[in-house]
Amino acid sequence: MKGRVVVSLRTGVLDVEGKAIGKAIESLGLGPIGDVRVGRVFEIDLGDVPREDAEARLKEMAQRLLANPVMETWRVELLDPSHGVR
Amino acid sequence: MMRVDVVSFPGSNCDDDCVRVVREVLGGHARKVWHTETALDAPDLVIVPGGFSFGDYLRCGAIARFSPVLEAVRAFARAGGPVLGICNGFQILTEAGLLPGALRRNVGLSFVCQDVHLRVDGRETPFTHGVTAGRVLRVPIAHNEGNYFADDETLDRLEGEGRVVFRYCDVEGRVGSAANPNGAARDIAGICSEGGNVVGLMPHPERSAEPLLGNEDGRVLFDAVRTFLEARS
Repeated sequence: MKGRVVVSLRTGVLDVEGKAIGKAIESLGLGPIGDVRVGRVFEIDLGDVPREDAEARLKEMAQRLLANPVMETWRVELLDPSHGVR
Repeated sequence: MMRVDVVSFPGSNCDDDCVRVVREVLGGHARKVWHTETALDAPDLVIVPGGFSFGDYLRCGAIARFSPVLEAVRAFARAGGPVLGICNGFQILTEAGLLPGALRRNVGLSFVCQDVHLRVDGRETPFTHGVTAGRVLRVPIAHNEGNYFADDETLDRLEGEGRVVFRYCDVEGRVGSAANPNGAARDIAGICSEGGNVVGLMPHPERSAEPLLGNEDGRVLFDAVRTFLEARS
């Protein structure tokens, strides 16, 4: 079972990197666009474990290490091969 | 003679500078404590120095906070011992929950390496002991993630309790966005814990504590803590 933790800045926290990227996108002529929010993705191989177990562990990783709750939020996704998701 | 433990992580690069200030400038006893150690050596003061602990991977200070030595630092701080976190040390102390808030990427998205002016503010801490509030110090900064962030409630609490102890300002001591090098909320350069004994700041006082370096303003913090410790003993 593989999982993914997606960490991004909390809503309302100014994302200066996202702003700079947004301007670059518009300068390519691909705008107009709204806000760009930059985040990080952690793809983690959890081995052969039940779904619930994998989800619980990913959540704990997000809470205790991968995200800083002062400024970031996170979500967890399970990448289930049986459903054809990469 | 004051005894100082300087905590050292893989990637710390200001630990020797801090040791030198304690030994050569203050005439104290300093030793480096490797991050895997579980006990301190009965110090009067702990310094968490600057650098790039664990390569700044994940977030600055995010991995250092799990080092065994941090538990000893935490216990020392809980007992009221003075702890100074400088630059990456400040980031580590916020990640470890010893100080509130977080240090985000600079607003200008660039690494900033320059002298800044700091106004001594807020309540008196061991590191501003006997220093008049409003005094302006010129001290260098060198960081990419020095943009202090906390929610408004936390910022109000810090200001209300006099826990903003250093602010970016101009040479006259005026605070304002032009003097703020990194976008830090409310021009915050350094804060202290609820008890006042844990202080973190982004600027580097250890890099401006000797005449040879052309600037002794940073020495003010080290002289202050020495006076504080002498008065206590």
